[in-house]
Amino acid sequence: MQLRKKDILDIESLTVDEINLILDTAEGMKEISERPIKKVPTLRGKTIILFFHEPSTRTKVSFDIAAKRLSADCISISASSSSMVKGETLIDTARNLEAMNPDIIVMRHSSGGAPNLMARHVKASVINGGDGMHAHPTQALLDLMSAREKLGDLGGKRIAIIGDIAHSRVARSNAVGFSKMGAHVVFSGPPTMIPKGVETYGADVTYDMDEAIRGADIIMMLRIQKERQENFLFSTVREYSRYYGLSEKRVNMAKKDVLIMHPGPMNRGVEISEAVADGPYSIILEQVTNGVALRMALFYLLAGGSRDGDTH
Amino acid sequence: MAIHIKGGRVIDPGHCDGMFDLYIENGKILKMVTPGAAPKDMSVDQVIDATGMLVLPGLIDMHVHLRDPGFEYKESIETGCRAAVHGGFTAVCAMPNTRPVNDNRQVTEYMIRMANQAGFARVYPAAAISVGSKGQALSEYGDLKDAGAVALTDDGLPVENGQMMRRALEYAKGFNLPIISHCEDMSLAAGGCMNEGVVATRLGLPGIPNISESIMVMRDIGLCELTGGRLHIAHVSTEESVQAIRDAKKRGVPVTAETAPHYFTLTEAAIVDFDTHAKMNPPLRTEKDRAAICQGLADGTLDVIATDHAPHSPLEKNVEFNMAANGIIGLETALPLSLKLVTDGVLTLDAMIRKMTINPASILGIPTGIREGGIADITIIDPDREYILKADELYSKSRNTPFDGWTMRGKALYTLVNGRVVYKEPS
Repeated sequence: MQLRKKDILDIESLTVDEINLILDTAEGMKEISERPIKKVPTLRGKTIILFFHEPSTRTKVSFDIAAKRLSADCISISASSSSMVKGETLIDTARNLEAMNPDIIVMRHSSGGAPNLMARHVKASVINGGDGMHAHPTQALLDLMSAREKLGDLGGKRIAIIGDIAHSRVARSNAVGFSKMGAHVVFSGPPTMIPKGVETYGADVTYDMDEAIRGADIIMMLRIQKERQENFLFSTVREYSRYYGLSEKRVNMAKKDVLIMHPGPMNRGVEISEAVADGPYSIILEQVTNGVALRMALFYLLAGGSRDGDTH
Repeated sequence: MAIHIKGGRVIDPGHCDGMFDLYIENGKILKMVTPGAAPKDMSVDQVIDATGMLVLPGLIDMHVHLRDPGFEYKESIETGCRAAVHGGFTAVCAMPNTRPVNDNRQVTEYMIRMANQAGFARVYPAAAISVGSKGQALSEYGDLKDAGAVALTDDGLPVENGQMMRRALEYAKGFNLPIISHCEDMSLAAGGCMNEGVVATRLGLPGIPNISESIMVMRDIGLCELTGGRLHIAHVSTEESVQAIRDAKKRGVPVTAETAPHYFTLTEAAIVDFDTHAKMNPPLRTEKDRAAICQGLADGTLDVIATDHAPHSPLEKNVEFNMAANGIIGLETALPLSLKLVTDGVLTLDAMIRKMTINPASILGIPTGIREGGIADITIIDPDREYILKADELYSKSRNTPFDGWTMRGKALYTLVNGRVVYKEPS
């Protein structure tokens, strides 16, 4: 089977079969990273541009390593090094990048929808590496991969996503992804952080964190951004931590062998306690490991020649 | 140059509706007679066959951004006025958010002079409520009126300071000028870029709640009651605003209000794949709001259909959604979209014409109507003409319309301003 898609912009536009294909391919890629010589020639001669218009460490490094392990030529551009600081429009940047014939452009941007705009103006595949509050499809896919690895079929599993749902692209993409794979999504956070119309995700909403995690197979904690205090979204870090922080006591309310996930970077002692972050149920670092394999899989599926079949 | 318009159905709401021939000379309607009854001693230079057409008072758009002076790369007074007559409008009220802002006699006079030179639609400037539209000091209302301004507004920006709005309403009363209010509580709009709701949540875009508009509508109604000034609410987009205006009118508050064709035609669902041509302020709302706008038009709560014609170049529109400028062009799409309300049974033809002619004229105190001896500003339309709207073929300098490619029904075939044919549809 082939992935007949030009771009990966969000999870909505992926079918269940396509998600399974990506996850299956990613599982096969994991082993490459465990070899003493962590490199295969699969994408030799392919060019991948990492266009990061917003700060990122983990995601950028993960894409970079993924590209290099497949032998692609990988070039990084950041906001400060791009011509956009000189006033160039995104479309002009897109056209200039396009003129150098890249195969894939990975893009992170603070504006929701910016990768969609880019994708409309370039022939290269565009992978959304996180745009505004809109979507973070590779994070959701690596989260699905990590959950599936531990739990098998995700059908009927309960995942509690806790925190600032309104401002989280990770929450959005995961809600769509886990729902698509048959899981039951429950959102929890203070009412100020639950966006309007969230029920259209097919998710339940509760302001009571204990209720959300009772019987959960997976608890996904979201990073709380302290600057949200200025927008009156919560009172103090102390109170937030008390009502929406994941403590060991709360973990015990979930299913035995619950999986604790966090997209990072964590605020230890705020949304997640030290003990839980480093505890036996945490798969936070496995998420990071899987991220490389997942991104290798996407590069392979988009640029590995499989798409040539339908472009001719 | 004498013109004979023959065979058309002449509608001037509240005055006449029937088959009449019009004879026009020297900018005036000389004679209005039953068909075939030619006046004596009149030599006609041009005969316009209006058989099967509607002959209406020239349409008036009381909310237009002509961008001139200052932003001529988006629109100029000339191109805006050409777009107006192409859309059937013989007069437009030009908003003051130009550069420099129209808060003084010089800019007001410049707009009128440029419009006269262009020779298409008439331009009636609305001047700024406050100097520079900065909300700090009142502009010179008397001098502005003397120069030709017909209304006052800081449109594009709300008047946030309640005390200043109160004084503006009071002070304008002395010059019998209406205050046109752009109602928006900026703290509640909170930097949003589309309607707050399901679509914004799915797209991850910051939302603008209905209350950011309606709470200011309610404040301004209260100030209107307090001061007895003349208040006109611009571009109403929400159900709550319609309700507030309806209640105020029931109490006898002298408030009037307008909405724009996009608010009764589209909803937030038009923002497909982050299309910035569906981005405006106030934003497109929900189906419930759209239905309430239609209801408000039908029951008379909303007096006027105005376009909020807001030209922008690709520099402002072909960018990331949250960074894109607000607004769409409207002069060349308003007529067919409004006629659709008649086809759909929302408005009678008479009511639609009122909202685009005599109602805005009465608010702005400008001439309208089809009367013997009156000005010959006339729009002749074929309400059944079907065509596909092509943005590339519009007269406006800008192309920012969400209606590109739509099948439209209803077209101005002739537009006459001051007794001259300023637009004629190619046959």
